[in-house]
Formats: sequence, C-alpha cells, structure tokens
Amino acid sequence: MRPARRHLIAAAAAVAALSLTAACGGGASTTAAAPASDTALVLYNAQHEEVGQAWADAFTAKTGVKVEVRNGSDFELANQIVAEGAASPADVFITENSPAMSLVSSKDLFAPVDAATKAQVPAQYSSSKGDWVGVAARSTVFVYNSATLTDAQLPASIMDLAKPEWKDKFGISPSGADFQAIVSAVYLTQGDAAGAAWLQGIKDNAKIYRGNSTIMKAANAGEVPGGVIYHYYWYGDQADGGANSAATKLEFFGNQDPGAFLSVSGGGVVKASKHPAEAQQLLAFMSGAEGQKILSDSTALEYSVGGGVAPNPKLKPLAELDAPNVDLNALNGPKVVAEMQRVGLL
Amino acid sequence: MAVAVALLTLLPLGYVVAGVVGTGPAGVVALVWRPRVGELLTNTVELVLLGTTACVVVGTGAAWLVERTDLPGRPLWTGLMAAPLAVPAFVNSFGWYSLSPGFAGLDAAVLVTTLSYYPLVYLPVAAVLRGTDPAFEDMSRALGNGPWHTFVRVVLPQLRPALLGGALLVGLHLLAEFGALQSLRFDTFTTAIYDQFQSTFDGAGATMLAGVLVLLCLLLLGGEQRLAGRARVARVGSGAMRRAVPHRLGPATLPAIVALALLAVLALGVPLGCIAFWLATSTSTAFPLDDLLRTTATSLGLGLLGAVVTSALALPVAWLVVRRRGRISRLVERCTYIGNSLPGMVVALALITVAIRFLPALYQSTVMLLAAYAVLFMPRAMVSLRTALGQIPPELDDVGRSLGVGSAAVLARVTLPLIARGLGAGSALVFLAVVTELTSTLLLAPIGTQTLATQFWSESSSIHYGAAAPYALLMILISAPAAYLLTRRSRGEDT
Repeated sequence: MRPARRHLIAAAAAVAALSLTAACGGGASTTAAAPASDTALVLYNAQHEEVGQAWADAFTAKTGVKVEVRNGSDFELANQIVAEGAASPADVFITENSPAMSLVSSKDLFAPVDAATKAQVPAQYSSSKGDWVGVAARSTVFVYNSATLTDAQLPASIMDLAKPEWKDKFGISPSGADFQAIVSAVYLTQGDAAGAAWLQGIKDNAKIYRGNSTIMKAANAGEVPGGVIYHYYWYGDQADGGANSAATKLEFFGNQDPGAFLSVSGGGVVKASKHPAEAQQLLAFMSGAEGQKILSDSTALEYSVGGGVAPNPKLKPLAELDAPNVDLNALNGPKVVAEMQRVGLL
Repeated sequence: MAVAVALLTLLPLGYVVAGVVGTGPAGVVALVWRPRVGELLTNTVELVLLGTTACVVVGTGAAWLVERTDLPGRPLWTGLMAAPLAVPAFVNSFGWYSLSPGFAGLDAAVLVTTLSYYPLVYLPVAAVLRGTDPAFEDMSRALGNGPWHTFVRVVLPQLRPALLGGALLVGLHLLAEFGALQSLRFDTFTTAIYDQFQSTFDGAGATMLAGVLVLLCLLLLGGEQRLAGRARVARVGSGAMRRAVPHRLGPATLPAIVALALLAVLALGVPLGCIAFWLATSTSTAFPLDDLLRTTATSLGLGLLGAVVTSALALPVAWLVVRRRGRISRLVERCTYIGNSLPGMVVALALITVAIRFLPALYQSTVMLLAAYAVLFMPRAMVSLRTALGQIPPELDDVGRSLGVGSAAVLARVTLPLIARGLGAGSALVFLAVVTELTSTLLLAPIGTQTLATQFWSESSSIHYGAAAPYALLMILISAPAAYLLTRRSRGEDT
C-alpha cells in the first residue's frame, strides 16, 4: 500500500502546483497588477454574465481600456459596494433591477452621470437624481399553461389575482425584486387602501416559489396554471429548446396595468472610482447606440432602452407594452417591504 | 495560535452582534417577534431534527450492513455509499425537482438533504466499526448479553464520538443550507436571510434572522456537548486484532441489497440522470474546452489550498481541546463551529467590512478567500481531527518527551503520523465543500476568478441548463477522488 499512497500524494501535489499556475495565469496576477496599471477598469456586473462580458470586451476593443469583470447578483454586489464604502475597488456597477441601484444611490456612493450619457437614455428609464441611467429593461408577464387556462379565463389585470377564484391558481416569487416592484406599482397606482387589500388577497391566493424559472417550470408541468414572471425567461427557454416552457404562453397585461410593470436595469459610476473619466466612458458606451446594439443582438433577450436602438425583433415591441408610469426611486421603499412583512410574504 | 484561529472564525458573529446592537432593542423586537419568524423557526427546527435523525439512521444502518455483515459485493458498496458526497447538494436538488415539479415542502427537503449528507455520518461510523476490536463484543456476548444488548451497550458507546461528530456536521449544514432548498419551496432562516438581503437591501432584517440562527447553532453545539460526555476511547496499540466475524444476513440478504441499491439510485442516479437529460435536450449544450479546463484547474487549486489551510488552522484548536481539556479550550473549539451555521453571504460581508478597513492590501486576494473558506468549513476538519486525536493516548507524547525529543519533534514524529488519516479525511471534506462554494467565491475571489461552481450558477441562472451541465459533471468528477480517499480510510487498509 505504501507505494500506492506515495503516488497519490505526488499526484495531488502535482495537480495543486499545476492548478495554481493556471489560476495565477487567469486571475491572481491581475490583482497584483491592478494598483500599478492605471487603465484597467473594474466592472461589478450583476447583469447576465454574458451581457456584462460582451460590453466589457467590446469597450476594450474600441478604446484599449481593459475592463475586469466581477460577477454576482444584484443584492450581493450592491451590499458589497455599501460595505466597501469609499474604499471600493469598483469603477462601474450594473444591475438587473433598479432597486439595487437605489440602495447604492441612497448611500450616496454614485458619482453624477455625464450629461451626454443621460441624454442617450429616455428619462423614465433613469434615476431622477441623475446618478445612474438605464442600460436594459424587462417586462412583467403572466405565464400560463395553455392546456389548463383558455384565453378567456386569463386575468385582465394583475388586480384580478387577488379575487377568490384565483386561489392556488398562480405562482409568485415574493422574495424577488421584480415582484416587490409590482407591489410598489400597485400601491402607487391604486392607492394604499386598495393596495393593502390586494396584497392580502395575493398572500391568500398565491403559491410561493423562489425564482422566475421555477414558476415557469411549474406552469409548464401543469403543477400550477399560471404565474407572474419576467418576459425573458420564457423567450430564453424557447430559444434553448423550450424544455421548460413548451406548454406555456405569455400574457402581457398592457393598459398601464401595474402588472405590465417594466423593470429597469441600471448602470452607474461608483464614486470611489480611481479612473472616473474612463468609467464615465464605459457607462456612455454601454447605454449608447453601440452597447445597446450588442444587447439587442445578444441571446439575453432583454429590452434595449438607450441610444435609439430597437429591441430584439423576437420580442413584443417596447411601445406596445403600455407599461405604467412609476418613479423608479420610489420602488421597493421600506413601506413596501414593511407591508409584505406585515402580511407574511417576507 | 488556537485563540487567533477562534478569533478569525468569530468575525461573522461579531458582525451579527454589531448589527443587532445597531438596530436597538425596539427594532430587534419588531423584526424578530412576528409570525413569519415563528414559521421559519418551526421549519428550521423540523428540518434540522428530522434531517439529522434520518442521516444518523441511514448512515449508521448502511455502515453496519457494509462493515459488519456478510453482504456480498462489499468493496462496491463501500464506494457507492460514500459517493453522494461528490454530488453537490444543489445539483441533487435540481435533479429531484426536475423529476417532479410537485416535489416540495418539508418531506422533499428532508429527503434531498438526507441523500446528500448521510455520508457525513456513514464515513466516520464505518471507520469506527471497522477499527474497533471485536473482542469487546465477544466479551459482551460471553457475559450473556444478546446481540441487540451488545449493540446498545458495547458498540454504540464506541460509536458515540463518530456518530455525534457526524450528526453535528449534518445539523450545521442544514442550518446554513441554501442551494438545495431554494427550488423546494421550503423556507428556513437561511433562505429567509437571502430574501431579506434581496428585498430590503439593508442588512438589518437579515442580520436579526442571522442572530436567531446563531442561537440555534449554540443550542446544537450545547446538545452535542452534553451527549458527547468525557469517556476515554484511546487505546495503546491495537494488539493482534482478530477480524470480526460478519453477522449472517441469511434471508435478509436480498432486502438489504435492495435497500442499499435503492439508496444509491436515489442519491446518485437521480442527479446524474438529470445532468444527462440536460445535455441531451438543451440547445445550449456546449463544451468550451478552454473554459472547462481553466475553471476546473481553478476549482482544484482553490479546493486543495482551502483544504490545506483549513486543516492547518484546525489542528492547534483540536489539539487544545483534546489535550488541554477545560472550559476555555472547549469555548475556543466551539467558537470555530459558528461560521459553518451562517449563510455564506453573512460571512462574506463580515470579512469585507473588516478587510477593507484594516487589511486593504489583502482585499479580494486569494488569501482572503482562503480565510473565508476556513471560517466556513473549519468544523469539517475539526470533527475528523478531534476524533483522531482522541484516539491517541496522551501518554505517547510523554514517552516521546521523556526520550529527550522536543515538543515540535513530538508533533512531527509522533502525533502527525498517528493522526494522518484524520487529517486526510478532514482535508478531503473541506475540499468537497470548497469546490461547491458559491457566494464567498463570487464576492471575495481575485477579480476574474471563475470556478466550476460560479460558472454552473451563471449558466443555470440564465436558464442555459445544457451549458450548465458540463460544469456540474466536472464538479462531480473532481470531487470523486476526495470521496474515494474517504472510503479508503474507512476500509482501514493500512492497519
């Protein structure tokens, strides 16, 4: 047994040494270089990894400025920037939904966005404080199993889902920023009393899932007739063979219904950035015509919002969505969370 | 040294306590004293109790069947029973969930976590069953005890440290489990902490829940302490140990084989089948060789480094608690378990907060990531080391010293060789955990670092399951040698 064991140890040591060299080649060397080199930007990317990477690569190709990408989710990276404070190594931060931008904005950790960049993006997709702009958007939809629900049975408004006949017939993901944004939209458009009554109805009726893809899969399998999700999960799965969505269809609420809420992915320059000029350049690139064209052509299937670029033709056109007008800075405020905690959804 | 290690592992606790203090008593009551928290408490306690019990029963039962009966095909079973360790819990959960979307709730959560974590009980118990001298049992039988009495009064006390160590690990894992539960529609404190972070974007609510989680962890630690007792299990030399006569299963052979085979299919067949299904049906299926090789190398490198560092840090603490028994040493040891019961997000945020202020040079370096791994996975190394050290009589140290060898040399020439196996087992367990770790790796690794786990997460969250599948498969493949190493130990080949 001895020789065998010795081989094993030698093999393990060799693997460790090899992997380390490989790891250093990939990542570790860049940390050592980061403080010295003054043209490498750090992008904290909570958007889909492929989107953030595509933007970074195209920007480097155009300007020669290197971009290093750290991936994570909205809440992970936003909390990380807050914990890092003035010492944050991040230059630019992009998210999937706007509440994460609002968190960083509320701690005053963003620098003001250049005027030319703001002009590229319609005002309703940007922060009214002027410290971040929209870089993409996703629409709320009702996904349903077309064998269980006929078109006539579909809810006309998201408000209908609080009615008793919808008990246990739809899924929601209340922990997600998107559903909380919808709750905000209901409170803003319908008033507090109607909003509270609706929320209680949703709590009584809805089946609780974690994550949009889980809801879509459940609807596809007929485990629940329908559910509230974002559009791109469905388009993405259809493009990926449709294994999780073949039996389902989408309903867009439209009519400025709170259920037609359009959630905005934001981008901003971190105040602690050591290369503010290049960071502003990167943000301008992502939200401008070139960056938006990359998004529109990608497999992410999110809506492009800036630079006058039309969204991916596979999607229902942005103008037809007829989304409600909601102040992005008012979303997911403490009130909405407190209300959701009160009825027990959080 | 031991105290420094304990302080490192206490950082997350400090972060939680600071959060609780910062919120003030009124805020704490408002956030903690509400029906939702009661619901979470019930769920968490139920999952920990049922899951741990199930792991103990399944793990001990399987170990006894494999090690102490005339079950045919023993080498095969030895490997198969430990193999689920190589399958990440969240992959297992994905597999079960895609089998049936109605798969949800407490039963589902207990089933999936048991299938993923029973080897944590199986391995130490099998090792002890294999290593104990059958002479004890023979004596008991000769003194007139029946087989059942013998098991309860002779075998079980021998098993106790291994059994409790395994159960403690399972319990801590269940407290902090997130990946396996997220698609099962079963909320515990840990899943709720993620929700809170996600929705309030403000630590207060999450930190309060983490505070309750710490209390649960302390309960668990206290419970294990009580049950463990202080019996001495060390022996000098094993003498000429006779091979145990295997119990005859007789007509029970077939049911036993069916039971173990079923366990293997449930724990391995389902997740592997799911990966195969993804590869076959998804149009995003791709094998980008460069990426796969690079991420595999990074995962291997981090796993091995994490295993070495964590075991090295655990050693002084384990030595202290076994050799210098007392209140303080026990306290120091217990401290190192707390990090394991907290969600990775809380541990990561605590380290960020401290490092960015006091050690900016180390921020987002490999060193810092390894520190996070050590905080998170110390118990995996600790439990194995504690058991191994406990089996060496302290007199051996004294003998070494009396022969004129210094204490460093005693450590190198007497202690380390004797605990080599425990050290190896602990390191293998840490390796397995590091390979599947996600949150701390995302937040703390040097920028640009991609591991198998982060790429699996990235692809599967953009619902490209076909593209995610190769990463899951590779995670299982590089974990297999570590799992195999653990079974070699339980087969006790070098004795």
